[in-house]
Amino acid sequence: MIYFGLTACPCNGKFIVPGSDSLIEIDQLTFRRGDRVIFDDIDLTIPRGKITAIMGPSGTGKTTLLRIIGGQLKPDAGAVYVDGQDICAMSREELFGFRRGLGMMFQSSALFTDLSVFENVAFPMRVHTDLSEELIFDLVLMKLNAVGLRGARDLSPAELSGGMARRVALARAIALDPGLIMYDEPFTGQDPIAMGVLVGLIKELNAALGTTSLLVSHDTSETVSIADQVYIIADGKVIGAGTPEALQQGSNPMVRQFMHGEPDGPVPFHYPADDIRFDVLDGGS
Amino acid sequence: MTFVLTCWTVGLSVLAILWQLGLRFLSLLGALGRASALWASAMWGLPGRGDVKLVIAQIYNVGFLSLLIIVLSAFSIGAVLSLQFYTQLARFGAEDAVGVGLALVLLRELGPVVTALLFAGRAGSALTAEIGLMKTTEQLSSMEMMGVDPLKRIIAPRIWAGLISVPLLTAIFNMVAIYGGVVVGINWLGVDPGGFWGGMQEGVEVYEDLVKGMVKSGVFALLVTWVAVFQGYDAPPTAEGISLATTRTVVISSVLILATDFLMTLVFYGEF
Amino acid sequence: MRMRTIEISVGGFVLAGAIALVFLAVQVSGARSTGTQNSYDVVARFDDVAGLRERAKVSMAGVTIGRVKSIAVDLEWGDAIVTMAIDGEPGNLTSDTSARILTEGILGARYIGLSPGAEEEKLQNGDEITETQGALVLENLIGDFLTNLGKS
Repeated sequence: MIYFGLTACPCNGKFIVPGSDSLIEIDQLTFRRGDRVIFDDIDLTIPRGKITAIMGPSGTGKTTLLRIIGGQLKPDAGAVYVDGQDICAMSREELFGFRRGLGMMFQSSALFTDLSVFENVAFPMRVHTDLSEELIFDLVLMKLNAVGLRGARDLSPAELSGGMARRVALARAIALDPGLIMYDEPFTGQDPIAMGVLVGLIKELNAALGTTSLLVSHDTSETVSIADQVYIIADGKVIGAGTPEALQQGSNPMVRQFMHGEPDGPVPFHYPADDIRFDVLDGGS
Repeated sequence: MTFVLTCWTVGLSVLAILWQLGLRFLSLLGALGRASALWASAMWGLPGRGDVKLVIAQIYNVGFLSLLIIVLSAFSIGAVLSLQFYTQLARFGAEDAVGVGLALVLLRELGPVVTALLFAGRAGSALTAEIGLMKTTEQLSSMEMMGVDPLKRIIAPRIWAGLISVPLLTAIFNMVAIYGGVVVGINWLGVDPGGFWGGMQEGVEVYEDLVKGMVKSGVFALLVTWVAVFQGYDAPPTAEGISLATTRTVVISSVLILATDFLMTLVFYGEF
Repeated sequence: MRMRTIEISVGGFVLAGAIALVFLAVQVSGARSTGTQNSYDVVARFDDVAGLRERAKVSMAGVTIGRVKSIAVDLEWGDAIVTMAIDGEPGNLTSDTSARILTEGILGARYIGLSPGAEEEKLQNGDEITETQGALVLENLIGDFLTNLGKS
C-alpha cells in the first residue's frame, strides 16, 4: 500500500490520509485470548462506502474483530485506524465521540429488554444528542419506517419475533446516521422471508446513507449476493480477499471448501482416528 | 522400605490436596479481585442527575417489590416469637417481658439477618439473573458500543438501590414483626399492654439495639448487593451459567450474612 | 410500567421505611427528645460493684434520674470508682446523699439507688458521694450465713 502522506499518526509512523478510499486500515493485528492466537499479524482494508464481508469458519473470532474495531478490546500488537485515527490510542472522550458515528447490529439483536421498541431506537439519540422530544419522536419514527416497523413502536422486545427484533436492532444501529455500520451474523437462524428482508435492507441502507458496512457472517449465499468485497479469515490468518466472484473461482483449497460448502477438504470430515479396517477387525478389543 | 514408600505416598497425597486447595484459594482470590474491580469501576463518583431516575427505578424493582415477602414473614415471625416467649416466661410469671424480649431479639438479630436473607433470595437472585441475561444477550456490549458505560448505567443504580432498600426493609420488618407480636401477645394471649410496652421501652436502647442493628443491616446490604451484582456480571454467558450464578448468589450471600452477623455480634455485644 | 407509578411507589416505600425507623426509635426504644438534656457528674466509691454496668440507671425512690457514665478501679485502695451523670442542674441532690447498688427484682440487672440526706449543701459537678454501700454478692451472703451458722 502506498500512502500519500499528509497526516502523521501518533504511533507506528504510518501515514494515513483521512477521507481516502479506505475507511478502516488494520495493520499487523495480533490478538490472543489466553493461549489461543485469534489473529496472527493480519492486514485488512475496508473501503469507504461499500459493503465488506468478513467470513470464515465458526469460532475464528469474527465477532472479536468487530469488538476490536469498535474499541471494546485492545489488540496485543498492531493497530486499527478508522478514518485516520488510531482506535487503540483514543481516550475515553475520543472513543465516545467515535462511537457516535458507529452503528452495530448484534447477533442476538441485543435490544434492551426493559425499554419499548421506540425507546430502544431513541436510546442512542438520547445518549449522544440533546435533541428535543419532538425531534426524537420524528426521527425514531423515520428510522422505524425505514425498516417497516413504525407500527410496532410501542411493543416491548419480548413481544417481537426474531426477525422483527433484528429489524429494530437495525433501526437502532442507524439511529444517528453512522458512517460505519457493523453487522454481526445478521442472517443466522432467520426464515427465508426475514432473510430476504434483511438482505434488502442492508443493501438499501448502505446505498441510501452512503455509509460503509462491515458484515460478519458465515452464510455464504446471502453475504455473497450483497458484498462488494470479501475477506476470509481462518486460523488467525486472512486466507482469501477480493470480490465474491473472484473468491468463488479461486484456487486456494481452503477458500474453495468454504465458499462452496464442501464437506471435506482442508477442514477434514473425519475426526482423527485409525484406519477403519483396523478398528473393525479389532472388534473393540 | 515399606515405611519409606508409605511416607512418600502420604506426602504426595497431602501435597496434591494442598495444591487443589491452593488453586481453589487462588481462584477465590481472583474472583474477589474481579468483584472489587467491578465495585470500584461502578461506584466511582456519586450518581449524576440523570442517574437518579435509574436508581429510583431500581429501588422499585429491588425494594418495593420485596415488601410483600418481607411484611408477610415479619408478621409471622413476630407472632411466633411472641408466642414462644410467652410460653416460657409465663412459667416464671414474667409475661410482661415478652415485649422487651421480642424487641431485643428482633432489633439486634432477627430483623437485620432475616431481612437480608429474604432479600438475597428474592431480590439478589433476580439481580443476578437480570444482569447475567443482559450479558448473555449482548445488551451490555451493545450499550458499550454506543458509548454508554454499562457499569454506570446498569450496575451502579442497582448497587445504590440495594444499599438504600435493605435498611429500609429491615426497619419495616422490625415494625411489622413487633406488631405481629402485639397482636398475638396483647390481643390474643392477654399480656398487659402497659407492661409490654413499658418493659420494652425500658429495656431497649436507641444506640445499643436500634443503631447497632441498623449498622448490621447496612453491612448486609453491601454484601448481598455486591455478591448479587458480581455473580450476574461474572456469569458465563450461557443459560446454564446464569442459573448456576443465581444459585451461587443465594448461597454465598446467606453464608456471608450469617458469618458477618456472628462477627458483628461478637464485636458489638461480646464482653471481653 | 409508567415512570409516575414507579416514582410514587418508591416514595411510598421510603416513607414507610422512615415511619418504621421513627416508630422503632420512639415507641420501641423509648427515645425521648430529652437527648440533649443537661446533666452533671457525680462520683462515688464502692467496695464492690459486681454486676453494675455502664449506662445502668441511677434512681431515687424508684425514679430514674441519671445513668452510670463510667466505672474505674482504684488499684491502690481496691475501690471501684463510679461516675454518674445526673439529669438536670447541680443542686437537686444534698451533699450527704447515699448511694447503694441494688438489684432489679431478684435476679435482674444492677442499678444505683440514691437516698436523700438532710444537709443544706447540695452536690456540685464533680463532687463525691461519701455514703456508699456496695453490691450484695450472693456468694458472700451465703459465705457469711454459713460462717454464722458454724459459730452458733
